[in-house]
Amino acid sequence: MTYTWLAVIGVAAAVALDLALLRTRLLLRRTFWTAYAIVLFFQLLTNGVLAGLDVVRYSPAAIAGPRVAFAPVEDLGFGFSLVLQTLAWWVWWGRRLQRGGTPVRRRAATARTRAGAATAARAADDTATRRSSTR
Amino acid sequence: MRHLVYAAVLLACLAGTAPLELFLRARVYARWPRFLLALAPVLVVFLTWDVLAVRTGQWSFDARQVLGWRVGNLPVEEVAFFVVIPLCTVLTFEAVRFLLGRRGGRFGDEPADRDEP
Repeated sequence: MTYTWLAVIGVAAAVALDLALLRTRLLLRRTFWTAYAIVLFFQLLTNGVLAGLDVVRYSPAAIAGPRVAFAPVEDLGFGFSLVLQTLAWWVWWGRRLQRGGTPVRRRAATARTRAGAATAARAADDTATRRSSTR
Repeated sequence: MRHLVYAAVLLACLAGTAPLELFLRARVYARWPRFLLALAPVLVVFLTWDVLAVRTGQWSFDARQVLGWRVGNLPVEEVAFFVVIPLCTVLTFEAVRFLLGRRGGRFGDEPADRDEP
């Protein structure tokens, strides 16, 4: 399995994670694409340095051949997959950690209960001195 | 000095994105447990990919341009890469989110959602 194929699979797996598995749907949102564009720019910079200086060397047999900023085009797929997976998990955990019950939600629930208890207490208090229009 | 190249690139990424934490309210370092949870599956997937790629010779590292410490068959910088890049990515994402607000989309993890009826 060449890097080329693995990069394609990596992109597909990340897309599946975002749209199907975690349902975070980042791919449908402007914030994601704006952030990715920025990260991509810096990827081309840093990856260009690493590949251009030969810090990382790629086997010609493993890559298709074309390069972008000194780095194999496959690195674009690798990078996209890394970015999308990271952000999908980040958003997913954000949702999960919230559902445990936030202070605001708990306060709201308690308030509703208190109001219910007070109302029930008033309704049950049968006073002779007050005429209720609901009776 | 050439052995510092890879590490220097990673440090530059961290330094470049650090201002986002406070000045653009990214608050990723502040939410480090959530970041570590998000990072875990990413590390598993990409370190596995990397180890296998190095083992099968798809790519390799110039020994003269890395610090020299290895984790398995990977330079320590390569392992650090998969912590630093996700960190920079999330910082960028949260900073963009701060700048675009709701116009950039809703993700279901916004604190304000809790206040909505």
